[in-house]
Amino acid sequence: MTRDEFTTIARNGLWKQNSSLAQLLGLCPLLAVTTNAVNGIMLSLATIIVMAIANVAVASLRNFIPHEIRIPVFILIVAALVTVVDLLFNANLHELYIVLGIFIPLIVTNCIVLARVEAFAAKNPPLNSTVDGVFMGLGMLWTLGLLGAMRELLANGTLFGGIDMVFSSLHPIQLLPENYPGFLLGMLPPGAFILLGCMIAAKNWMDARAARRARQLPPTPVEALGCH
Amino acid sequence: MTAARQFTASSMAVRTAAILFVFVIAFTGLLSAAYKWTKPAIEASALEEKMKLLNDVLPAGDYDNALIDDTLQLPPTDALGLLEPSTVYRARKQGQPVALIFEAAAPDGYAGKIKLLVALRADGSIAGVRVTQHKETPGLGDYIDPRKDKNKAGPWINQFVGRSLANTPDKAWRVRKDGGQIDFHAGATISPRAVAKAVRKAVQWADGERDRLFLEKRP
Repeated sequence: MTRDEFTTIARNGLWKQNSSLAQLLGLCPLLAVTTNAVNGIMLSLATIIVMAIANVAVASLRNFIPHEIRIPVFILIVAALVTVVDLLFNANLHELYIVLGIFIPLIVTNCIVLARVEAFAAKNPPLNSTVDGVFMGLGMLWTLGLLGAMRELLANGTLFGGIDMVFSSLHPIQLLPENYPGFLLGMLPPGAFILLGCMIAAKNWMDARAARRARQLPPTPVEALGCH
Repeated sequence: MTAARQFTASSMAVRTAAILFVFVIAFTGLLSAAYKWTKPAIEASALEEKMKLLNDVLPAGDYDNALIDDTLQLPPTDALGLLEPSTVYRARKQGQPVALIFEAAAPDGYAGKIKLLVALRADGSIAGVRVTQHKETPGLGDYIDPRKDKNKAGPWINQFVGRSLANTPDKAWRVRKDGGQIDFHAGATISPRAVAKAVRKAVQWADGERDRLFLEKRP
């Protein structure tokens, strides 16, 4: 893999084709989980692990998979690997499993894994595919972390609520005054939709401004794949 | 459609099916191997987690028997608010009864049932109470669970420790707002009220059943 390829994959994952902001993939777990920054980051970490493994497996086997039955085979590979990761976590890293455990089964239903396998790993060598999986996950990490942080700040006035479940020595940060009345909409799914919409708008605005500065036409938006 | 093309199509189908079959076999094999390999470790950590919960309500130094093995199955018990069978753990030290650890449930939480684990010493006083499952409002009523309680030094649930039917009259097993002795956080009375009531009922039930439960042989 050349340096250029690496930069392109990294840029795509982190910004240009960001799974949550551009491809709009995996919205269902995204909305359900990002009630605080810690949950969003934890789900993303679990996704990074699963995507890297799934991408490597599919990229290595891609020459043996007939085109017609690629989707069932991909589903089989992804579901089997997620279950194996779930079991290994439970057995060997039990402390971490208590924290990440509830997120791992969510990833099976997260179509971002299948989408990256289909769009990237099926056409690229294993090393590039691993990097793609990791950076797609990292893109998801900052987006979900930011969305979670905004939601909990709006709803409770705290930051990193639930961090004591991960590191028992750390405590959530109370950013707004203790008597902040709370704003329940931030905690509920509609609040997540509205804030995600704002983040997508901000990204599009920044892209459009960058394109104007470069005296180019704004980039055509990436077509959403239409799954949740 | 000619015979030759039909043959190609069906051989294609057979080939595709064979490949799919090989993938299914390979990945099912991988799954069952992983399951078999991780099973002992997963069971060990589930047991460890259970012991941790039990030791949360009753300090590990207070008993010397194998708590996990000295159990009884209870039928669904109304007094405990349980509609399903549950397990009683019997703690002993040098053969003498120390405490009973059993499940209970408060049916009238703000959002559904609140499940509890209660440890009652042989002298009738409470050794500890923990909320094992609840759906109370996060940040409001969930301080009944010490993991969510902001007061880490003296979590709300600890005020049950040491209470018994002898030192706490019937009417005192209520939140202060209702004339009892149980503190609560302003704005969230329903969850602590439900827990206090369920703990009182569980203690009353266990007080009557204690001797029978300690003596009963394991089936």
